[in-house]
This record gives sequence, structure tokens and C-alpha cells, in this order.
Amino acid sequence: MSLLFLGVGNDQRGDDAVGPYLAARFAAHEGLLALGVDVISHGGEGASLMSLWEGVDLVVVVDAMMSHRKHGFVQRFDVVKDKLGGGVFRYSSHLFGLAEAVEMARQLHKLPKAMIVYGVEGLAFEFGAPLSKPVAAAAKKVERQVLADFGLMSARVRKPAGAARHA
Amino acid sequence: MLVGSAGQAKRMNLEKQNNLLQNMKEPVMAVAAKKKKASPKVSVKKTVKPKVKVKAKVQAKAKTPVKAKPKASAAKTKKPAPKAKKKTLKAVNTTRTIQVNELSRVEGEGALFVRVKNGVVKECKFRIVEPPRFFEAFLRGRSYLEVPDITARICGICPVAYLMGAQQAMENALGLKVSQGIRDLRRLLYCGEWIESHVLHAAMLHAPDFLGLDDALQLAATNPAVVENALQLKKLGNDILEVVGGGRAIHPVNTRVGGFYKIPSKEKVRGLIDKLQWGIETSISIAKLFGTFDFPDFEYDYHNVALKHPDEYAIVEGRIASDRGIDIPLSEFFDVFQETHVQHSTSLRGSTKADGEPYMVGPVARYNVNYDQLSKLSKQVAKEVGLGPKCKNPFKSLLIRMIETLYACEEALRICKAYEEPDRAYYETTPKASEGFGCTEAPRGLCMHRYKMDENGLIISATIASPTAQVQPQVERDLQGVVERNLDLDEEALKWRCEQTIRNYDPCISCSCHFLNLTMVRE
Repeated sequence: MSLLFLGVGNDQRGDDAVGPYLAARFAAHEGLLALGVDVISHGGEGASLMSLWEGVDLVVVVDAMMSHRKHGFVQRFDVVKDKLGGGVFRYSSHLFGLAEAVEMARQLHKLPKAMIVYGVEGLAFEFGAPLSKPVAAAAKKVERQVLADFGLMSARVRKPAGAARHA
Repeated sequence: MLVGSAGQAKRMNLEKQNNLLQNMKEPVMAVAAKKKKASPKVSVKKTVKPKVKVKAKVQAKAKTPVKAKPKASAAKTKKPAPKAKKKTLKAVNTTRTIQVNELSRVEGEGALFVRVKNGVVKECKFRIVEPPRFFEAFLRGRSYLEVPDITARICGICPVAYLMGAQQAMENALGLKVSQGIRDLRRLLYCGEWIESHVLHAAMLHAPDFLGLDDALQLAATNPAVVENALQLKKLGNDILEVVGGGRAIHPVNTRVGGFYKIPSKEKVRGLIDKLQWGIETSISIAKLFGTFDFPDFEYDYHNVALKHPDEYAIVEGRIASDRGIDIPLSEFFDVFQETHVQHSTSLRGSTKADGEPYMVGPVARYNVNYDQLSKLSKQVAKEVGLGPKCKNPFKSLLIRMIETLYACEEALRICKAYEEPDRAYYETTPKASEGFGCTEAPRGLCMHRYKMDENGLIISATIASPTAQVQPQVERDLQGVVERNLDLDEEALKWRCEQTIRNYDPCISCSCHFLNLTMVRE
């Protein structure tokens, strides 16, 4: 069974780094390594996202979102069953980010067999800023949920020894 | 000068389109099996709903954005691309305002404002609303070796243009000439950028206009083979960037002043050959499909400006040339061309110093200046899709982008087949007080760099003229002409036609907003 974790975002822009932050945490997670989970930190360009997840059995994605909810709010999307809401995962340069990639893949029958997307409501996206407090707290919650998605409900997360692969 | 066009616009040939779609091959690089579906017939729908209302009377400046109308349901008609309803104006003394507060399917943040009074266009403003980014300012004091990687961050879709322009400028300043092997690798890298940028724009952002579709998602629903092939072609471009650029398609990390940090292996470069052969076939099939589109009947006698090289279709180097007699070295660019600032745009705008007139850069300009140097196959396909040696219709930039994609695949294939690893990855440089110029053909056109450095190699000044900044006045000129010629269209169709006109240029708005001067008055 092929497994993939995608931490989507810009690690230089405040809360947009929540995806890459978790990718770095997972990169040397013993349990995930033992399962053979591929962990990738990704900038969010839609076409390359589609090529990464094509043919994979289970994909879990984390990205910051802007949906006018409370900062740090976490929403879990089962995108195989439901459409990913448009506009909440806005990509900066072209209108072809995560949400568009998911819907494009759906149209072309190229979605993974199972795909979960976690959106974390961001507070601030300034250049060079760290994760805000609400998002940092939410990241811990999402970390546990992602491990549960991969069947590692109670695994301890160790300090990462290596870096996540960046795509 | 506006040149009137003769004859009627070609009607979209739905049957021919359907045949082309059904014969379009599956991408050979498809990994997962997918359900076989009968290729859907091309269907088109009514034009995109406007995001703002069109005002019929003179008004004070709009204070609040108008809500978008709900989108129409999935395509219900098989009408051709919108042929606007003719409408007789009730009175001559009216003012119409067309305002698009947010342009869709262009990179970055741009907007459009046009005011027409008594049948005459009084104002036409292509507004760049992207905040200025001050690259030219914060490059001061940085080492000349850092400049390429910093300027590459100006844009995520054309970073190679900035890498190559900056490196060329530093090498020019220091009097360095690199080997043919390094030169070939640079050209190969640039071909990758052209392929991925052109295909993304042509197929995903621009083609929906000609089919009356809102976006690429609708295109995927109606024409999945086109989108699949386009995505695979874009991936091919990214693969080239990754092989040559050090494992990353966005902001490649393997290039430097003097060459490359690491020479790509012969195995990896030659490994692109099969994909490039597929890329050539697919570019041709997509170009032929686009050749069946119904192109608006509009022509303009552009002043076309591009790089020109004696031995090749210029991409990475050359002199600045135009079809009106300009033929200058890079060092004279700022003697002949100028950048100015206007209130409604945070981006500087280009014009010729001689007469303050706009000029054209990008695929149309390159094609018109350098047609003779395209390959035989590219010229043949150009002819088959309805292009002659000169193109004056900006809407046909869609076709030229696919011809350039084809050419880039051919050129990349030639380089890959002949590739032998160069003896050295880069040439060492020693800084000195100097000035250097670099210019390459970004997917959107001429991208000009000028730098001065001190005796320690620290940057004293930087000037970057991006293609989108240079071409803004020409975009407005086109818009003025399109509006004037289509005043009898209903409001929705006219607004849509204006948006389509802007998308002819594939504007990279983020690139154009890095100008230097900021005046602040605190009271």
C-alpha cells in the first residue's frame, strides 16, 4: 500500500508554514518510516501536486487556509467523498493551487483511492514570522490526527533527525 | 496604428475539433489506468458572468465592489464561443463604464478600468494593484554572486529568466565568456521554462476563453484529453528544470554566475529524449486543436521588439532588435527605451524614448522579429494552424505560444541528443568595480537587467525591466482598440472580451512590481 504525506505551504510565511512544519516533524518519525510513508514538503503548485499523488493509495495533506473562522480552527476534508471548498486554499501566483488540483484530479479520475486534507485556519502570513500561537497549538492536534489516519494513533513523535523531502 | 481587418472571423468548426480531440493520444507517461470515456463533444456555454455591474451613467468612483452574479450551471448549449448580441444604443450621449476589479486567470493582481463617452474611449487603465516589492532596492549591498538567486524569487513561474539575466549581467560586467557546453545547458534549462510556462497559460488559462468556458476545471470536464496532455507537457517542462536545475522546478538551485554548481549527468539528460519526442507530437496536436478556434477579428501594427541572434531563435542571448530598425547591444537598451510610473499602477511602464510610444514584447514580438529562425517543422505547423510569417492579431498569441512550445521541445531534444558533460561546471570570477547588462527572452518577453558593483563585488545599483512592465501601455492600447471596435456588444460580452484581451499577454503581474522609487510624505 502506497502512503504519502504532503505538507503544503511556504515555510517563510508565518502560518503558511504549518504544512512544511509538520512535514519536518514527520520526516524521521519512526512509525511512519516503518510504514513506508513518503513525506514531502511542497510549495503548493497544483500540477506537480497532482503528479505526486497519482496512483497513491492514501494521501494526507496539511495546508493553511483562510475561511474566516477562528484562528487555529482545523477542518478535515475527505476529498474523495466531498468537494474541497473553493477559495479557502488560495495559491498565490496562479489560480491552480491545492483546491484546484483536487478538483482537476477528480475531473480526470486521478484522485488517490483515499485522500484527507486538513485545513488549519491561519492568523498571520508575514514574511519571516513564526507560526502564531493558535496555529502552533492546532498543529499538535493535527499531528495526532494525521498519525491516526496512518494507523499510528498512539505513536510518540520524536524530534526529527533529518529534513523532509521538499518538492 | 490600428489596421482594419478584412473578411469575417472564422467560425469555430465543432466537428473538426471533435475529430482532433478523439484522435488526441493518451499521454504515454500516464501512470494510473483510468476509465475509458468517450471523448465528449466540445461544448461551450454562455460567457462568464461579470464580477461587477456595468454602469450606464456617469458615477462617482465606485466605493464598494459589486457582488458576482451566480455562475451559470454546467454547459447546456453547444453554441460557439460567445458571439455577442448586437444591441442598438438608445442614445448617443451616454457614458459607459466597464470595471473589472479582479482579473481572473492571470498571474498576480490586476484590474481594468475603461470609460467610454459618446462612443469614444476616454479612459483605459490596466491597473496593477500588486504591492511593490522593492527588489531593486534590497539588492544594494548584496554580493554579485547572490543576485541571481535573489532575483529568481521575483517570480515562481519564470525564475530562469531572472537567473539567466542576472548571471549574464554579472558575466558581462566581469568580461567572462562561458563554454559552449555551459551555454547549451542554459538553453536547455530555458526550454524547460518556456514549455511549462507556455503550456500552463495557453491550455489552462487562455484556451477556456475561446471555448466559452469559465476555467480549466470546466475544460477538464468537457475536454479531458486536452487537459491531461497539457499537464503532462507542463510536467515535461518541470522535468527539464529539475534535471538541469538541481532537482527543483520552481527556483532551480543549480545555476550560478559562471555556470552551474554541478553538471547534470549524461544519463539524466539523455533520459529526457523519449519524453521530448512525445512532447513534440503533443505540442503539434494541441496547436492544431487551437488552430480551429474562432479568433476575434482584431489587428494592430505593433512595434515588435525582441532579442535577435544570428544563429538561432533567440532565447538566452542576442542583441535587441525590432521590426522597425532597432538593432542595438544590450548596453544601449536604456538609451532607447524608458520606464515611467503612472498613478494607477504600481508597476513601471515601458515606451520608446524617441516618441514615447508603446512597443510589443513576448511571443508575438519574437515570432515577428525571428520567424526565419524557427525550425522547418515549427514553420510548417504554424502555417497549418493559420499563421503566416507575420502576426498582427494578439488573440493568436495562443497559437504562437504552442509553436514556441513545439520549438522548445525540438531544441531541447537536439541538445539532449548531442549532450556530453562539459569539462568544468563553472568559471571562477573575481569582482571589480564595473557595470553589466543581461537580457533574455522570458516566456512573456524581454527581461532586461543592469547592475553596477563596487570593487568588492557588492551591488551599488540594480535595474530590472520585466516584460509585463514594458508591455503595459501596449495592453492598454489594445484594450482601447478592442473596446472601440466592439461598442455595440452587450455589456457582458464586452467585459469578457476585454479580459480575454489582457490574457493575450499572459501578464506576470507579480514580476512587474519590484520598482525602486518610493516617495513618502508624512504630515
